[in-house]
Amino acid sequence: MTPTRRQAIVMSLALPLVLRVRPALATPEEMQAEIDRFTGGAAIVEAGVELKIPALVENGNSVPVSVSAESPMTDDDFVEEIAIFNEVNPLPNTVRFRFSPRSGRAEAQTRIRLNGSQHVTAIARKSDGTFHSAQVNVIVTAPACRES
Amino acid sequence: MSALVNVPESAAPGEIVDIKVLLQHPMETGFRTGPDGKLVPRNIIHSLRCLYLGEEVFAAELFPAVTANPFFAFTLVAEMTGQVEILWVDDSEEEHRETRTLTVG
Repeated sequence: MTPTRRQAIVMSLALPLVLRVRPALATPEEMQAEIDRFTGGAAIVEAGVELKIPALVENGNSVPVSVSAESPMTDDDFVEEIAIFNEVNPLPNTVRFRFSPRSGRAEAQTRIRLNGSQHVTAIARKSDGTFHSAQVNVIVTAPACRES
Repeated sequence: MSALVNVPESAAPGEIVDIKVLLQHPMETGFRTGPDGKLVPRNIIHSLRCLYLGEEVFAAELFPAVTANPFFAFTLVAEMTGQVEILWVDDSEEEHRETRTLTVG
């Protein structure tokens, strides 16, 4: 069956959407996929983790981040790792911290780049195999990665 | 490659001490284009470890999202007098090391 003129017009309008080149940015879906890889699909408790990032960031090239997870940090019960994920940078992974009972506290600070306003998620994996998370919504007025 | 490593000179046994590390590195993301219009190759520190008394007490895996001249602050439990070693590796795969002595007592 040959398409009617109306169908032909609709098809020609849809085509550019299909051919559109995907920008080199992580998406919330890619962040979720990376989180699933980290947790192995296990349930995540949205508690027990504190993620400190300024809510309003002027310079996305250097954003102070502080993350901590509640834990006695004993040999039997400690936080093994905390991973930080973002949804707008080119890669969903941001930084990962590995702890041991001899860290004393499951707490670390660093500085990261954020390529725009987005949610940033921290997920802690404890030695008992459970996962705990915290999420922060950050508004970035001057994103990173825009200078050439 | 220069690095600032801040370890307290002394601590009491069992005390949780703060360690601060500032490394000089461009942390080139591999996503930027240079003046010639070509992508600047990725060159980041991808691994940082802290050993105390020869054992790993903290480590970080870095991605291009970590800023140029990366800064880290973390803690360890003082046990006895010994070396605190900071080791890091960038994309040249060369390992760098800074060592400080923590006196406990």
